[in-house]
Order: sequence, then C-alpha cells, then structure tokens
Amino acid sequence: MTVPAVWYLLLSAALFSIGTIGALWRRNAITIFLSIELMLNSVNLSLVAYARILAERSPELALDGQAIVFFVLAVAAAEAAVGLALFIAVYRNRRTIDVNRLDLMRW
Amino acid sequence: MSFAFAATLAKMGAWLAVLLNAAPVMLWVERRGSALMQDRRGPNRVGPMGIFQGLADAVKFLFKEDIVPSGADRPLYLLAPMLALVPALTTFVVIPFGPTVEVAGRSVALVVADVDTGALLLLALASLGVYALVMAGYSSNNKYSLLGSVRASAQMISYELALTLSVVATLVPAGSFRLDRVVEAQQGLWLGFVPQWNIFPQIIGFVVFLVAAFAETNRLPFDLPEAESELVAGYHTEYSSMKFALFFMGEYMSMTTLSALAATLYLGGWHLPGLDYTGAWWLVALKGMGVLVGKIALFMMFFVWVRWSFPRFRFDQLMRLGWKVLLPLAILNFIGVAAFTVAGAS
Amino acid sequence: MELAIFALFSVLALASAVVVISHRNPVYSVMSLVVTLISLAVLFVLLGAPFLAALQVLVYTGAILVLFLFVIMLLNVEREEPAGGHRVHKLIAALAAVVFAAILGSQFFAAQGSAHTAELTPDAVALVPLARKLFTTYLLPFEIVGLLLLAAVVAATALARRSAPRDREEKA
Repeated sequence: MTVPAVWYLLLSAALFSIGTIGALWRRNAITIFLSIELMLNSVNLSLVAYARILAERSPELALDGQAIVFFVLAVAAAEAAVGLALFIAVYRNRRTIDVNRLDLMRW
Repeated sequence: MSFAFAATLAKMGAWLAVLLNAAPVMLWVERRGSALMQDRRGPNRVGPMGIFQGLADAVKFLFKEDIVPSGADRPLYLLAPMLALVPALTTFVVIPFGPTVEVAGRSVALVVADVDTGALLLLALASLGVYALVMAGYSSNNKYSLLGSVRASAQMISYELALTLSVVATLVPAGSFRLDRVVEAQQGLWLGFVPQWNIFPQIIGFVVFLVAAFAETNRLPFDLPEAESELVAGYHTEYSSMKFALFFMGEYMSMTTLSALAATLYLGGWHLPGLDYTGAWWLVALKGMGVLVGKIALFMMFFVWVRWSFPRFRFDQLMRLGWKVLLPLAILNFIGVAAFTVAGAS
Repeated sequence: MELAIFALFSVLALASAVVVISHRNPVYSVMSLVVTLISLAVLFVLLGAPFLAALQVLVYTGAILVLFLFVIMLLNVEREEPAGGHRVHKLIAALAAVVFAAILGSQFFAAQGSAHTAELTPDAVALVPLARKLFTTYLLPFEIVGLLLLAAVVAATALARRSAPRDREEKA
C-alpha cells in the first residue's frame, strides 16, 4: 500500500521544528550547527515529496524538486566547510565555542 | 518465497562465500608472502605449509579475554567493530559477477542489486567506513586511539575525492552508473588481441584509483591511523578478542571489495576475452565468478607485495600527495576521458 | 510494504533527531544525525529519488559529518554543562517550535490533504531526465554552485590557517 505524500510533508515539518528547538536551545556551536543541518534536511525531504506530488500533476515539473535538493546539498557542503573553519578560528582565539561566552560584540 | 527473493539470497550467498573466506586466506597469503620476501619460513605448523593458520587464529581470537577499558565510552566502543563490517558487507551488492542468465525460463541478472545508481551507491556505502575507525578511536579513551582516528578521518576524506573522481571517469565511456554497463563497454578487442579494458586508455586514473584504494583501506604505505611505531596500534589499540578480529576482517573485506571494484572498472570485471559465456546458467555464473575472483586475487597479491616493499609516509607527505598530486591527476584524467568520449561520439 | 518502511524509518528519523538536539556529547549528536540522514535517504528512495538518496549518504554522511567529527576531536569539545541558560528562554523556544510545527503541518494538510501518490514506475526513477534537467534548465545555477564550492574551499583554508601569511614573514 502506498503512503500519502502529505505524510512525508508532516514528517518534514516535525523534523524542522526539532531542528529549530535545537538551534535555539543549545549553547554548543557544533550542536547548533548540527540542528541547522537537520533543518536543511527536513526541507530537502519536503522538496522531494513535492517533486513526487508534482510528478502526477505535471510531468515537466516533476524533477525540479529533486534538482533543487541537489543544489541544497552542494550549498550545505560549502556552508559546513566554512562554518567549521570559523569554529576552528574562534576556538583558537577564545578557547571555547560556547555561544554564550562568545560575547565580545555585546554591550 | 518468491523466485526473485530466492535468487537474491543465492547471489548474496555466493558473494558472502567469497568475502568471508577472504580474511583467513589473505592472512595466510600475507604472512607467507612476507616470509617469502624476507627469506624466512612464515607459519608452517598448522596443516601443510600452514594453510590452516587462519582457522587457528580464529579459534585463538574466540578464546581470548574480551576487555572493555574502564574509561571507554561503552555504547560507541561496542558499536565500532560492528560498523567496521558494514561497508565491507554491503558494497558488493552492486558488483556484477556475470551476464544476465536464464534460470528456469526467467532471466536473472548476476548482480545482487540491479539498480540504476550502482556505482554511486557503492561509493556512498564505502564512505561510511570511516565512522567505525573514528568511533573506535574516540570511545577507547586512549590518546593514541584518538590520534589514530583523527588521522583516519582526515586521510579518508582527502583520498575519497581522488577515488571518486577516478571511478567517475570510468563511468563516462559506459554512459551509466550501472557497473554491468561498464563491464559491457569493456568487452571486445583492439587490433584483434588487446582487450578493451579501461586500464589501457585510463592508466592515469587506474594509478590514482589504486593509490587512493590503499589509503582508503589504511594499508601500508598509508597505514597512518594504526602506525604501530608511533601510535601503538592506532584506533584499535584498546580492542581485543573478537572485536579486534572484526576490525581485522573488515580490513581484508574492504580490500576485497575495492579489488572487485578495480577489476570491474579497469580489467573488464567478470568478462575474459575468449571465454565462452553461453550454456547452462550455473556454468556461466561459475565462470563469471571464477574470472572475477581471479582478478581480485591479482589485486590482493599486489596489496601484499606493496605492503612489504614500501615504508610508511609521513602525515604531511600523505596530505600533499592526496591534494596536490592525486586530485589534480584525477581531474585531468576525468577531463581527458570526457573530451575523448564526446569527440568519439560526435 | 511501503507503509511499513515509511513507519520504521520516519520513527527512526524522529527519534534520532531528538537525540541530536538533546545529547550532551556532541559526538553522539553527530552519530544520531547520521542515523537521521540515512533514514531520510531511505525515504528518498521511497519517494522515487534514488540518485538523491545515494548523494545524500555520499555527501552528507560520508563527508560533511565526518568533517564535524574531525573538528570535534580536533578541538576536544567538552561536554556542555547542564546548568546555565534561561529556563524561560528555553520554554519559549520549545513553545514557538511546537506552534510553528502545528501551523506548518496544518497548512500542509490543508493544501495537500487529498494528494495520494500512485505506484512508482521505472520511468519515474530513471536518472537521465534528472541529469538532462540539471545540465540544461539548471545549467547556470550548476556552474554558480561550482564557483561557490571553490570559494568555500578558499575561504575555509584562509580561515583555518594557523597564522596570517604576513605574521609569518615578520617572524622569518
């Protein structure tokens, strides 16, 4: 038996919210970053699910969702490389990556 | 039980028979081979010429005390050796070992998972191998283990690029991710006697692939994650008994799958020019598997030969080789193959 | 069959996602995210995107998350202390996320509630149409992404260098 596509969308909404909680809640920069990756991936899931829905309605638009996921993956890779390099640079100067203690710009 | 399900089980069984025998056989080959190169005898007590040494070692591993260090991160520590076998035991599913044959009136492709994404799936599963090493090193609570796994993660990410690029270059002439197409594209002869194997036009890619394969399996001269003269035994320092044996088997099995991949991509896989692949299905399957295993054995011998001939690289040399030599070479090779293929097609 | 696989892997994805955000030890967070991503890859296959599933495992779990582990071990990130942070702040975060999820879910349901997916055909999961799309309709974005990746490589190298080149010249 097949699964209605909307279930995938609901799962993606749930994962996105879990990621949001993590990004707001945690103080370790790495875990915050991981939460953001989780959010990105939940969006990917919804894009693929939409591609599946569109496949039945208009064949010429069917693969657009999948193509966009491809770009999201590439951008996520770039983002991870730069982000982690930033963490290394910050850690080298401040000896911590706890976001509450990185407060030089606060007043 | 449906016919397709039974056929899949049978094919997996054939592969498992090859893979599970790889570790004990290679253990013997490695020790006798190194003895041959160093002008000594090697193991010669268990069975004629010591061929049952693998069996004896297995029994020994089973009876050794199983130790978990007190400071270890227990769940990860226990999970790591199991994960070490996952890529080795899953990647073979996309490697074909024969043509499509007729069994009881139904056509059966002699590959476990006959999927469009073949080579990509194999690379994806193989890329998971690094987790076992990293987890083992991290959870052991030992600084040598940790250093070993830091090295392993950097090394395997770096060499995966060159490996993937050289694999992709072999897919271009076949025009497909399917490895059976890659094998198909390599059938036939040039000038009537040279087999159309990828190794000849893509010799640069082949060398890059081979070097990267050594790095991915952590074999000498790239065994920095376990470098015994600096790191005791690297990521598996704290492992004993069957847990150590699993890492050991994992290493030989990944060597086997990478050799199978090399044979499929560069040496025409299960196909040998001049061999007749018609007739009863079991004979065809046997021939295909036999040829493939023969080619795998060739690569395994090469692994052993290199291991006992070269000293270990230094880590900065390793990184320099990966990023400044292999990666540009792999890119050049890829561009060349792509240009040649496009020129040939138009 | 599809229902069983969907149920198993969606539950696995949700459970491991909760572990990602709740575990004190960042190494466990990364490992749980690996489980989440592989579960999502399985769901991609169910949705007829085997190429993306393989790519997801290859790029995300095979490279990006290994990089995370590498950095965690390199920096020797300590476990987060349990105390600290404002309880009210956290409560608001959780509440906002739940409300957000509810709104998102209801909107999805309202818009797509009737959308029922048919069985997959072999044509739907073929790679060639997707490849053609990537290299024709999306050719410009494709090239830009290539440029972006190059920029990221340069940026990451520049950021993670031990010292600026000028310092080194002065020392020499």
